[in-house]
Amino acid sequence: MAKRVLLIEDEPNIIEAISFILSRDGWTVHTQSDGVTALDRVRALPPDLVILDVMLPGKSGFDILREMRADATTAAMPVLMLTARGQERDRDLALKLGVTRFMTKPFSNAEVLEAVRTMAGG
Amino acid sequence: MAQRQLTGSRLRARRLDMGLRQADLAARAGISASYLNLIEHNRRRIGGRLLRVLAEALQADPSAFTDEAEAALMTRLRAAAAARGDTVELERVEDFAGRFPGWAGLVAAQDARLSALERQLRAARDRMAHDPALAASLHDVISAATAIRSTASILVGGEEIDADWQRRFHGNIHQDSQRLADASRALAGYLDAPADGGGVPMAPVEEVEAFLAAQGHHHPDLEFPDAPPQAAAALVAAASPPLGRAAADLALVHLDRYREDAQALPLAEFTAAAVAAGHDPAILAARFGADLDRVLRRLAALPDDPVHPPRGLAVCDGAGAILMLKPMAGFSLPRGAAACPLWPLYQALSLPGQPLRRTVALPGETAPRLECYALAVPRVPAGFNRAAPLVATMLVMPATDPADTADPVGPGCRFCPRTTCIARREPSAMATTDSASGL
Repeated sequence: MAKRVLLIEDEPNIIEAISFILSRDGWTVHTQSDGVTALDRVRALPPDLVILDVMLPGKSGFDILREMRADATTAAMPVLMLTARGQERDRDLALKLGVTRFMTKPFSNAEVLEAVRTMAGG
Repeated sequence: MAQRQLTGSRLRARRLDMGLRQADLAARAGISASYLNLIEHNRRRIGGRLLRVLAEALQADPSAFTDEAEAALMTRLRAAAAARGDTVELERVEDFAGRFPGWAGLVAAQDARLSALERQLRAARDRMAHDPALAASLHDVISAATAIRSTASILVGGEEIDADWQRRFHGNIHQDSQRLADASRALAGYLDAPADGGGVPMAPVEEVEAFLAAQGHHHPDLEFPDAPPQAAAALVAAASPPLGRAAADLALVHLDRYREDAQALPLAEFTAAAVAAGHDPAILAARFGADLDRVLRRLAALPDDPVHPPRGLAVCDGAGAILMLKPMAGFSLPRGAAACPLWPLYQALSLPGQPLRRTVALPGETAPRLECYALAVPRVPAGFNRAAPLVATMLVMPATDPADTADPVGPGCRFCPRTTCIARREPSAMATTDSASGL
């Protein structure tokens, strides 16, 4: 069975591009644009891996990650975080909150694919 | 730079007026003629006991030979050296200022300018880091770039993509390129013209300070009997250069209080009383039945006139932040840096309602002695069980009786040579000066 990835991101054209390359790579891609209901979606699915944007409407990616790590059912789920700000303190915060991988925009498709394959394999 | 006379030149002029030979005066003062010659040509600084002896021999008051501006210049040069110079010949600062007063003034002025620019740079950097408009604008650019990069690399990736998807991705790229164009144009526009009207932003308090200084801290338009509140607003509106919004609000608060002070203590009456009372705030407060802090502000606001001594004023809040500063020769407080806690202004904060009168002396033999009147009062009337924030006000004038013992104060720890001061909070960046007395 194809592995499931949940892409939590609010830019429609980024969603479309990432969905395309991951689907072509054999993933089943679910998407979620709203921050507030993102955690419910994670619990309902649940996916094998989450790609999480930092800047989301309603709720920040950091808050979602924090809540995921505090919940036993999602605490160990691999999370790839995407941010438009590569600042040191964002990276530090993400690591402190228990992110699996951290990537700054604009990323290359190859980077995303490599990260997702590694995280799912590991 | 105006040709103000240095101490040595004044001594020399006085000696020549009296028809005294250099050797004779030197003998009376117990120094060699060649040393006196150096002093007279401003190659050696002089102060303290030797100045008193020479002044006595010249039948004049020592203060006739000293120059507060010169002492202030020396303090500023030392501060400049402490802030930026590791290899400065500090022991020759007086020699330098004496021989090249113009250059010395330029060094001091450049240091002041550098400090102001550094503060502005910090403000600008903070703005870059925290401005939500800039962050949003950058986010737009990066999002569009991300989408374009990802989509374009799918199209050129060499793998077969069906026609529907191709059309779709082409459309997306077109759309995102439009977004990128708009976002980058907005970003360039934002960086071109800062929101507050161009130039390097000044802190609002600094803007107000420059505005008030340009007016000489005296506002004739607010001195008329029954001057209306609109008169203050008109002054703010007419400010040149124009004040930013935050600065205009601050200036209006200041001028409103000025107007109230002026109405309570009318200029003509108060001027006459001040001269008669020798500018003693306590006598004036009793004479007019006025609050002492109002009298302090009013004295500082009197116009520059030979009948009044020079006056400085500082107002700070309970955290010691300077709300208003009118500097004078020998008196200034650093903005944006920690001041000397020994100023009566700060001591007043621990004794709310208790007026303090202190004679203080800055380090250095020739530094002027200053008479300080300070008082801290609640900013608004206190409510029951509710503390009101304090505001301290300090009026500074030259000390009238130089024989009075003076409390030490300093220019702030980093620039202060008093190494053994009990209030010291960080080491001095200055080499200790051997000539600093009264530690």
